[in-house]
Amino acid sequence: MSFINYSSREINCKIVYYGPGLCGKTTNLQYIYNKTMPEAKGKMISLATETERTLFFDFLPLSLGEIRGFKTRFHLYTVPGQVFYDASRKLILKGVDGVVFVGDSQLERMEANIESLENLRSNLIEQGYNLDNLPYVVQYNKRDLPNAISLAELEEALNPTKVPSFEAIAPKGNGVFDTLKAVAKLVLTELKKGK
Amino acid sequence: MIQQLVMYEEELEQINNVCETLHRESNARAVLVIDKNGQTITQAGDVEQLDVTSLSSLTAGNVAATGGIAQLLSEKEFAGQFHEGEKTNVHISIVGARVILVVLFDERSSLGLVRLRVRKAASELTHVLEVLVKKSESGSQPSVFAEITDDDIDNLFND
Repeated sequence: MSFINYSSREINCKIVYYGPGLCGKTTNLQYIYNKTMPEAKGKMISLATETERTLFFDFLPLSLGEIRGFKTRFHLYTVPGQVFYDASRKLILKGVDGVVFVGDSQLERMEANIESLENLRSNLIEQGYNLDNLPYVVQYNKRDLPNAISLAELEEALNPTKVPSFEAIAPKGNGVFDTLKAVAKLVLTELKKGK
Repeated sequence: MIQQLVMYEEELEQINNVCETLHRESNARAVLVIDKNGQTITQAGDVEQLDVTSLSSLTAGNVAATGGIAQLLSEKEFAGQFHEGEKTNVHISIVGARVILVVLFDERSSLGLVRLRVRKAASELTHVLEVLVKKSESGSQPSVFAEITDDDIDNLFND
């Protein structure tokens, strides 16, 4: 749920990175954090387990510049990917303005991808959203791994509605900012449409 | 349709006044008002040393998690929380089902005093929020998005 502050002239939006465990959601945020100028970002917070698995969420506040005198601020969140953290995932989706689904390109993770995507759809419905009406993009991560399946197969399985999709190698940054820009742009366009 | 929270100058000033009064009358270190989704609405008191953005996000996460626990226990919600630290204590309450009021205080104040003052502040904030929701739903105010063009959005993402 975006927050528009006419007093401080700010537009605040929430973007959630969703996907199966170990698909690279946190890595996306870490790369964005490392490559962003200090004045455009806040502290990145990771609520993780001792083994660095996301326990509740990662959080990264980001400023993307000004539109007509209004500062645009995006709050990026990741969800915990592991199946048993479903209650936490539902909480993080509350008030979401845009979603990035991060898929894992490896053949052996296809089942986990599909399960996570179904989980995203049903959790959004519980919060009163429909994925098809939300600003939404897909990222196929881990394109560099030898067991990565073809883009066409990924598209068929994970992107039936043909939303914008991006190939990525998150630790190297390939596709990371393209994904972020695409979803941020969709969010702003949606806000504009709403008025 | 996405439900927006819109804040206008007039209401923000009223919320600021409530926070300033609460800060003063409860001898608090700082007072924050946060949207339930983790966006900071306003702050009062000694906030220079605080990472307000992170505090807002974590507090909202905390309140959301507590709300989840309440649901599991068939409670509507836990309206308040209190965290006791060695130096700083945190009093968290949900106001008008929409925002979170956070009071940080130390040994100069007490939980009893903070609770008492929060009750008064919460009722005033509830009133302001009701007006704000009506105002934003009525669409009587000009929208920033009326002026923004697709080119403006494109330009934001040009390297």
